[in-house]
Formats: sequence, structure tokens, C-alpha cells
Amino acid sequence: MINWMSVQTIRNVFSVETGYRLSDDQIVNHFPNHYELTRKDLMVKNIKRYRKELEKEGSPLAEKDENGKYLYLDFVPVTYMLPADYNLFVEEFRKSPSSTWIMKPCGKAQGKGIFLINKLSQIKKWSRDSKTSSFVSQSTKEAYVISLYINNPLLIGGRKFDLRLYVLVSTYRPLRCYMYKLGFCRFCTVKYTPSTSELDNMFVHLTNVAIQKHGEDYNHIHGGKWTVNNLRLYLESTRGKEVTSKLFDEIHWIIVQSLKAVAPVMNNDKHCFECYGYDIIIDDKLKPWLIEVNASPSLTSSTANDRILKYNLINDTLNIAVPNGEIPDCKWNKSPPKEVLGNYEILYDEELAQGDGADRELRSRPGQSLGPKGGRSRDSGRTVLTTWK
Amino acid sequence: MESCGRSATPPGLEGVALCRRCPVGSNSAIPPGHHSQDLQASLQRPEIKLESLKEDIKEYFKISGWEKKLQNAVYSELSVFPSPSHPAAPPEHLKEPLVYMRKAQGSWEKRILKSLNSMCTELSIPLARKRPVGEQKELLNKWNEMGTDEPDLSLFRPVYAPKDFLEVLINLRNPNYENGDSLSFRTHLGLIQVPLKVKDIPELKEFFVELGLTTGQLGIDDSTQVPPELFENEHVRIGQKVLAEQDSAAAQQYIRQGSPTALRAELWALILNISSQPEDILYYEQLKTNVIQHDLLVDSLIYKDVKLTASNDDYYFVFEDYLYQVLLCFSRDTSVLGHFAYNSASPPKSYIRGKLGLEEYAVFYPPNGVIPFHGFSMYVAPLCFLYHEPSKLYQIFREMYVRFFFRLHSISSHPSGIVSLCLLFETLLQTYLPQLFYHLREIGAQPLRISFKWMVRAFSGYLATDQLLLLWDRILGYNSLEILAVLAAAVFAFRAVNLMEVTSLAAAEAVLADLSTLKVMPLLQIFLFATVT
Repeated sequence: MINWMSVQTIRNVFSVETGYRLSDDQIVNHFPNHYELTRKDLMVKNIKRYRKELEKEGSPLAEKDENGKYLYLDFVPVTYMLPADYNLFVEEFRKSPSSTWIMKPCGKAQGKGIFLINKLSQIKKWSRDSKTSSFVSQSTKEAYVISLYINNPLLIGGRKFDLRLYVLVSTYRPLRCYMYKLGFCRFCTVKYTPSTSELDNMFVHLTNVAIQKHGEDYNHIHGGKWTVNNLRLYLESTRGKEVTSKLFDEIHWIIVQSLKAVAPVMNNDKHCFECYGYDIIIDDKLKPWLIEVNASPSLTSSTANDRILKYNLINDTLNIAVPNGEIPDCKWNKSPPKEVLGNYEILYDEELAQGDGADRELRSRPGQSLGPKGGRSRDSGRTVLTTWK
Repeated sequence: MESCGRSATPPGLEGVALCRRCPVGSNSAIPPGHHSQDLQASLQRPEIKLESLKEDIKEYFKISGWEKKLQNAVYSELSVFPSPSHPAAPPEHLKEPLVYMRKAQGSWEKRILKSLNSMCTELSIPLARKRPVGEQKELLNKWNEMGTDEPDLSLFRPVYAPKDFLEVLINLRNPNYENGDSLSFRTHLGLIQVPLKVKDIPELKEFFVELGLTTGQLGIDDSTQVPPELFENEHVRIGQKVLAEQDSAAAQQYIRQGSPTALRAELWALILNISSQPEDILYYEQLKTNVIQHDLLVDSLIYKDVKLTASNDDYYFVFEDYLYQVLLCFSRDTSVLGHFAYNSASPPKSYIRGKLGLEEYAVFYPPNGVIPFHGFSMYVAPLCFLYHEPSKLYQIFREMYVRFFFRLHSISSHPSGIVSLCLLFETLLQTYLPQLFYHLREIGAQPLRISFKWMVRAFSGYLATDQLLLLWDRILGYNSLEILAVLAAAVFAFRAVNLMEVTSLAAAEAVLADLSTLKVMPLLQIFLFATVT
């Protein structure tokens, strides 16, 4: 039996107090401590920790450039927790006082509670020393993260957009994850401007459909969405094939790295699988940034195309989690046959990568498929690595 | 390479003379920004001596790349202008040799103009007016986001829609042709009843020989299952070489097998002989100024069209603002008037208020002579996937229009004209799918009624963008629109089984409503080369 649960239910199911145990033929659609990846503050914490570990080991992945920036692992914008890191943040802020930062509540979704700041005074409340601070308590629900705002996003037709990609994880150790080929781009309805007068206009800055659909110009036919294939066609046509392929390779890279970062702390319960919604922004230098990972990506639809996509997504997800439509047995090896993948492609399979002669016959084709193939080796100058740890 | 016109390229010196004869601006379809001034300056270099003038110039052309540019320019002229006709033929023959077609086009134009004028009178809006300074400033500020402007367009209607035009074509008759009342196997069962010569499948196979089963194609042989070493890698390599050589004719030949996505923008520019010179950018800026200063009635028609079509399209909604920037400028571009020399249509004339009939007060309206109809903006939309720089996008669109798109909405006997395309489509269907044709006709679903809109828009908005671009590659490669009719027939052939089961026009429309999953190259290949006839 497959139990499709909300995050609240998962908390209950796996809570020590309830003493609920899943039987062998039950599987669920979340990992017990998925929040290690899906909460904004914990995700950043885990990635920072992962980077430090690699650095300590002397791994080539953790190589830095002359400015101290990670060459291969700099994919999350500079982020601090508030109020805990307030002073660290202020130091960073003062280094480039004209920059914009984005404040996000750790535990909320759909763009709720997000705002932009460009002056320290706008976040006085979170200062630890502030007498008016009401955040002395450890209540994690009130915590915020503040990240450097990417104010040079890649614009198409003058509009900002972000990428929503679906990634299915069937097990963390060994890591086995799949990328859904039919991701999409979400466009803002209003032209982008970095002008400070429009910092309050969420229609310019936040791409969440939950926000955009209240805009005046929201169109219910296309919903402001493009398929990733459209994006690929556009970029290849206007920027060239190499840089586009490099961009998509980097996107796959950062997704896998983020999963590896949390793999050690994840409760790899054999009853679990999970489909995440990755939000990625591309800047105008064609560098992708990981913004956040969602545990319960919206499965409602805003347009007809959307409905078909989400239906297929759920269908394909379940086919991989429970192939053959049989009663699941959580002891199985979680290695589904190729035919059931549907619109998913193997993003990374740790077992295959560690084995010899990884499967390489699928190729990345423009306009057709997205992801790289299982156990791929990097081919864009990082050929240093032939096996991933 | 005969067909590419290479043999007709004059050697060095004559090339110079030809260049000087090409008029700059008004009467030519070639936009200003011509090379002749640069050329004259280059000829004054010290290496060129009087004694060996001819040889020196030839040599200089070769090394400086001018020879290539001249060849491309000549090739471009040859592609656009019809071949020289009888010296005694009047200029109307260049536009359209058949009198009855000319007459039909003339009446159609009168109708359109009447419709435009009556809309104008009804709404009491002038055809053109100068904008007050405040409005000009506002528009300049909003230039990059005209899509957010929400003028009240509810009273405007498109001047005509493709189906109105279809009715005109259906009623076309050649007064010299009498096919009798009795039905015979020769009777054409379709809607078009004029006797124009169209190609049959053997002739099409010859014409489109590069689309054959034994030749590699992009759109087929680059799919995931095919290893790239077999065709794709080599094809890309050749494409890069063609671009490096900057040879229009070679590019046109090359692109018959499809263009790699990364090379397409440059290849199309090469084939259309577009290079963004500073004077081209300046010209575009000048057009932009014209838009800012004057408001035209057709502007509202353009707005309405974009809002009705491209803004709702899954692929093109992103580029809404570019469409305004291109189309508003296009309306004011008088260099487009040059193409009326070989277009059966003529630009509508309007008179300054109160001076009706007085030739010295006549102006062309709109300034470029082209009245947009419902769906016009879809000609521009796919180009936005290739060019994001407005002036380049503009140039490419303008050239595509004066070479190809104008034929899709004017009445002429040209093989790429819409009348011939319709007839070609119907003939292919009747000859090779007679059962289907007969069935559809019986249930009141004449196939042309469904496929007409596809062809008028060159399939823009009906196919997925990557497929559309592969199709337009071939339009450029073969310098012909006939492929649109062949594709339309191929689509019917593909869905024949379902179509045989429908019992109404509405049901037939439903079967053919969604073409977005079709792969055009396999369809074309199967229809032309793999169907048992």
C-alpha cells in the first residue's frame, strides 16, 4: 500500500511518541527528516557543512579560486540565518552596501512572507541586540534566512523566470535519484527591473505561481509557463550549444551535490521515497543558483497543460516507487527497470557510478531530453573526477 | 550548382557596375545601408594601379571578402526577383501575368480598404494623427513593455480573417476556361476552381530530392536513438564551414537538410543576406521615432492581433513586447513598398482630408502598404526564438515578409502563391487519398477549409516551435512555399484513419485541432517518398 501523506502526517507517523511503525508492505512519499533539505535554513547549513568536509578531506571538488570562492560548489547564494547570524550578516552587508537582500521565512511556502531589503534599518527587528526583538525564543517557526538577492537574473523577453524541476529520490544511501524531463519555467507577468522603486512589487520579483496568478496580466491559457525544452531551444538558438549544454550540466550537478550534502544526515528509511520540487534561478552569466527545494511541490494545476504534466508526474513517480503496480515490498532493491521510467531519467545512481562500465547509451539531446545518464562522468573540464564519492 | 545561380554571377568588374545600378532605398526591396559607398572607398586604395586595374580589383575583392559579399548580394537579388520576362511585357506582368487574377486582387483590395475606412468613420478615429508631446514621452518610456498598455480595443475588429480571404479564392474563376457541367474523372473536387499548374508527387520528389530517404535530415536523423556520428556531427561541421565561408548559396543548399539549432540564426541571416550594419540599426531607430511621433489606426489593429494570438500562445507569450516593437515599425517602413513591384497586390492609397482624388495629396496607407489581418503577428513570433536584438529581428522579419509571407495573402498565379498552394494541397489529396477526400467532401468538410489557416500562417502557432523552425529551414532552402501544401496533405494522410470515421466538419476539425505533437520531417518524408502511389 502506498501512503501519500502530507508533511504534517509524516511528522506524526515518524514521531517517537506515537510509536507508529510502518509494515513491510507500506511505503510513504516522504523521508522522515526531509526538512534537512527542504527547510531553507537547514539546506544551507547542510551544504555549508558538506563543503567544509570536502575541504578538510582535500577533495578536488572543494577547490577554491583566488577570491576564496568555491569553483564547483558555489551554487547557493550567500545566506545567513536570522537572528542567529545577524552580526555576520551585517559585516557582509557593509562590504557591498548597495546590494539587495531577500528575506524568507524558513518554514513557509508559496512566496508567503518574503520581502526584499536594501537597507539595514528594514530588518532591525531581527537584530539580536534589539530591545524590541521578540525572537529570543527558540521557536524555529519564526526564523528567517536572508540571502544575497540575484539582481541580474537571465531575462527572456525582458522578464524574470525561474526553473521548477522535479527530482525523485528513492534512496539516499546509496543515492539514487531521477530527474523529470518535463520541468518548466515560471515567468513573471511584469517586466523585470532592478530599480529600487520596485523592490516592493512582488509581481516583478517573485515567480511563484501562487503570487503571479493574482497579477492583472496573468493569463490562464499558458499560465506564464514555458517547458524546459523551450528554454533549451531558445538558449541554443541565441547563445549556442556549448554554453547551453554547460548550463544544463551544471544544473544537474548542483541537484546531485545538494542531495549528497544531506545524504549522511537523512533517515534513509526503506519505506520512503520522495519527489522534490527544485527551484533554480539562472543569472545573466548563465550560472544556475539553487534557491530552494520543496518537499510538497504543488500538485494542483493552473492550466490544462499543467494538469497533464502533474498527472504524468504522479503516474511516473509511482511507477518508479512501486514498479509493476504490485504490492510494494520495502525490502526490494529499488532498482526499477528502464521501461517504467516514463518521463524520468536517471540523474545519479551511486551504485552504478561506483561500479565499472556505467550505462552510457542515453545521450543528452537538444529539445528532447534533459538529464544526463546514470553514472555519468563530467565532461566539461572537470574530468578530474571519474567517480563521485 | 546551376540552380543556385552561381553561373550567373558576373566576374569582378561587372559586379561593381551591378552594385552601382542597384538603387538604394525606395524602389528596391533591398533596404538602405548598401555596400556601394564602402566599396567606392575601398577602390581608392594604393594597391590598385591603373595599368592592371581589372586584375588588381579582382584580386582585392577576393582577399578582402568583397567578392563573397557581392556574390551574396547578387544571389539575393536572383532569389527575390522573378526571372526576366519578355521585353514588351508591361510592369503589371511582373506583378501578375494573368489579367483575371489582377482583377480579383484589385477587387479584394477595394473591399479591404472599404472595411478599413468604414471602421475609421464609425469610430471617428483618423487613419493617422500626430501624437501630442506628452503622449510621445510616455510611449518612449514604455517602449519595452507596450504589452502592459491596455487601450480599449473592444471596438476594433480585424480588417479580415483568413476565412474571409478563402471565400474570395473559392470564387475565383478564369473567364477563358470552361470545364463544362458534366462531372468526369478530371473534375476537381476541391474548392479552388482555377486551372493553375501544380506539381505532382514525382515532380515534388525531384524538387525536394534532398528530403529523400537516403539523405540525412535534421528532424529525423538527429533523434535520440541515432548515434550522432552517423549524420549529425558531420552536418554540424559542414554548417560551421558554410558560415565561415559566408556563402549564401551554399547556405541555402545546406539548410535543405535542416539547420542545427545553434547555427540557425546566423544561417538564416546569411541566406537572407542580412548583416547588421550601423546604417541598418540607424534605420530601425528612425522607424521607432516615426512610431513615437505618429499614431496610426493600424497600430490598434496590430495591438488587437497580438493580444488575440501571440499573447495566448504557449511558446510566444514571452515575446509579446518584441512583437509590438517589430510590427509598429514595420507599418511605417516605406522601403517595403519596393516589393510591390513583384507582388500582385498594390499598396492602398489614401488622400489627405478634403483632397480626395487629387494625386499630389495621395499617400500610401499604411506607409508600408501592408494592412495586417488576423494572425499577422504570428509571422514574427517564431523569429523571436532566434533573434533577441530588436533591429536584427526586424530586418530578418522584413526580408522574410518581402520574400515569402506576402504570397500567402495576395491573389496570384505564382507557384508559391496561396492560390497555387491551395490547389496543390487539394490535388495531392484528391490524387493520393481519393477515398478520404471524397468522404470529407460528402460530410461537408472540404479539407481546404481546415488546412487553409495552417498555410496562410505558414503553420506558425500550430506546430511546436522546434518543428516549425525545421519547416521554415526548408522554405528558405528551397526558396518556395510549396512545402506548406505538402505538409498539409501529409498531416491529413497521417490522420486519415481517424478522419474516415468522422461525420461532420466539426468532428474533422477536432481530429486536426492539435498539431503540436507532430514531427514534420518524418511526415513529409513518408508522404513524399514512402507512400505507395
